[in-house]
Amino acid sequence: MTQILMPALSPTMEEGKLAKWLVKEGDTVKSGDILAEIETDKATMEFEAVDEGRIGRILVPEGTEGVKVNQPIAELVGDGEVARPVAAAKSETPAPETKREVEAPKKAGAPAAAPEAQAALAGPEVPEGTEMVTQTVREALRDAMAEEMRRDDTVFLMGEEVAQYQGAYKVSQGLLDEFGAQRVIDTPITEQGFAGLGVGAAFGGLKPIVEFMTWNFAMQAIDQIINSAAKTRYMSGGQMHSPMVFRGPNGPASRVGAQHSQDYSAWYASVPGIKVVAPYFAADAKGLLKAAIRDPNPVVFLENEIVYGRSFPVPKLDDFVLPIGKARVVKEGTSVTIVSYSICVGQILEAAEKLAAEGIDAELIDLRTLRPLDTEAVIRSVRKTNRLVTVEQGWPVCSIGSELCAVVTQEAFDWLDAPPTKVTGKDVPMPYAANLEKLALPTVDDIVRAAKAVCYRS
Amino acid sequence: MENPAASKGNGAGSNSADLKKFYSDMLLIRRFEEKAGQLYGMGLIGGFCHLYIGQEAVVVGMQAAARPDDQVITAYRDHGHMLACGMDPKGVMAELTGRQSGYSKGKGGSMHMFSEEKRFYGGHGIVGAQIPLGTGLAFSNKYRGNDNVTLTYFGDGAANQGQVYESFNMAELWKLPVIYIIENNQYAMGTSVERASSQADFSKRGSSFNIPGETIDGMDVEAVFDAGRRAVAHCRAGKGPIILEMKTYRYRGHSMSDPAKYRTREEVQEVREKRDPIEHLGNKLMSQGLATAEDLKAIDQDIRNVVNHASDFAKESPEPDRAELYTDVLA
Repeated sequence: MTQILMPALSPTMEEGKLAKWLVKEGDTVKSGDILAEIETDKATMEFEAVDEGRIGRILVPEGTEGVKVNQPIAELVGDGEVARPVAAAKSETPAPETKREVEAPKKAGAPAAAPEAQAALAGPEVPEGTEMVTQTVREALRDAMAEEMRRDDTVFLMGEEVAQYQGAYKVSQGLLDEFGAQRVIDTPITEQGFAGLGVGAAFGGLKPIVEFMTWNFAMQAIDQIINSAAKTRYMSGGQMHSPMVFRGPNGPASRVGAQHSQDYSAWYASVPGIKVVAPYFAADAKGLLKAAIRDPNPVVFLENEIVYGRSFPVPKLDDFVLPIGKARVVKEGTSVTIVSYSICVGQILEAAEKLAAEGIDAELIDLRTLRPLDTEAVIRSVRKTNRLVTVEQGWPVCSIGSELCAVVTQEAFDWLDAPPTKVTGKDVPMPYAANLEKLALPTVDDIVRAAKAVCYRS
Repeated sequence: MENPAASKGNGAGSNSADLKKFYSDMLLIRRFEEKAGQLYGMGLIGGFCHLYIGQEAVVVGMQAAARPDDQVITAYRDHGHMLACGMDPKGVMAELTGRQSGYSKGKGGSMHMFSEEKRFYGGHGIVGAQIPLGTGLAFSNKYRGNDNVTLTYFGDGAANQGQVYESFNMAELWKLPVIYIIENNQYAMGTSVERASSQADFSKRGSSFNIPGETIDGMDVEAVFDAGRRAVAHCRAGKGPIILEMKTYRYRGHSMSDPAKYRTREEVQEVREKRDPIEHLGNKLMSQGLATAEDLKAIDQDIRNVVNHASDFAKESPEPDRAELYTDVLA
């Protein structure tokens, strides 16, 4: 008897919904037959048989959500074999292990993430008593675009697979239906071309949202982003400008190797003439993307593929817009300031819990925007805690952390009780092997270690 | 505004008035560029300075075929385009000298000038980058549903950039109203077309995207004007992009610092003597009795005055205030 296991259908998939069985118990199948439809957070996929035989028992009924990758979903029996009772099969099912600690999202987010996110949401933009809805970051981004497109008909979305495919990562799901093909535009695979076309459209008075399937591909277009979008206002003495958003997933996802796993934060954050936003929480994703679309400047909006599926509370407000350029203290503390952005905010939250268990009360700052960088917020915190740890997945040389350490050293030198310390990705192209990839990225333990070191605790 | 000669036309057929206007428009560019070269030699203009001398018929003929509300974008050999769009020679020259009263407040320079008012969208220093930008301007016209056309100029050198073909593909796919004007002056800096282009007939460069193309004598302003009118009509009719290859020639080096050793002095001299667009038209005006030598001399004198005023203005204008260093970075 062969077990048919729940397949992983994308680099970051850990679980999915068994949407529909296309075979029933007793059916004979051969390799290539479609067994089932499986819904990931990105798409509904057909699942084919590899082995030949007869479907014995179906272990997971259709409609089941949250089926873990590698969990047995059915049995395939050979000639003459008899299917065993379900109970027996179940009892020997090992709990599927996920080795990808790097990307381990808070399981579907909501309960685990709720308290931390509530703290993070406190701010002048959210009136007391505002109702919260739980949303994935993906949904929050889509809603931000949809709301702005309803509000302003010069806003349009273009990029690869944004329309008919509903987004390579499903971020633009439903937008084509609502806004039509004139405003939700599938482009050819032609990053430099459509990035430049977007800048030209912005010169012409439109407000483009240019989606890159990932920021890795935007390297083909970086000339247009920097030389055409970022510099034109200055070069024209303020006459001409490109109010637009370049957005898409940034940073490593999982097991996709060096060319698809790079954090571009420091690159773009070094460029005058653009703003750079890199949120973690769904509410920030929504409020800041809406702000970015309205901003009269070009905005580089760095998302994260793994974070897309995480759920957080989002304030239920008609028009929730957050200011670009403001960091937020996610957790107050007194022992050490830990600063991060994007996916690593999840890690510093975890690290803070571990540190608390050892009596270290960390203050956590989510930068949210990388340009303009809210160095005041960091300095204010360091003057309180006297210690700084920065955390990011990017490379160590000339990183966001490098900048923060330099600024804090210069502006708050007398308040420092320990050398400002960076936790970063390693100084290597991203390896493919699972163990090496894990080594290449900062871990919660790395953060805990760095925080203890600056507190002179071993 | 002090630009008596240049302004975009109304798309009417060429007649004797048009011919005189073509003549003075081209001469304004010629004299302006000669003056710019002189100021460069005096150290008043810095950096890179790419002169348009020899190519005047291209932009004058094309802009005469366009409407004032059509958009124009080009690369860094852009002084002629700005004048042909009706931009003030004083503001252009003052930008060349890096002064506050320049079109970009002195912060752009020769290669980076713009005028929203005159629908001139630069002035771009990266070879080929203006082609997607121009395509995007055309996209904005199509999106808004107006009938404006975007004139996107580039050279034979830029024609080998990949983003040109990315733009061609999207322009034809979405039927964008854009005219791609390839100013083939035969040298991409020091590399001749033959040494750089496997397909040297640039009118065919759009053929794999089904974009029609035409080759025109870019030294003959009337031929350019006629082709320009056809191309504008094609775009306005919603038929999508079109390519016009303009066979032209630049007399000066690629930039002021180019000794132009890649071609002979005789080659340049021959073009100057046999194909000069301004002289050709001047002779025609005289032979057809539309102007006398004295008339042409008077036009020249008027233009020299305009250019001298621009030069004086550009020399006398103050440099930008120190505070300008930090303005116009963000809105």
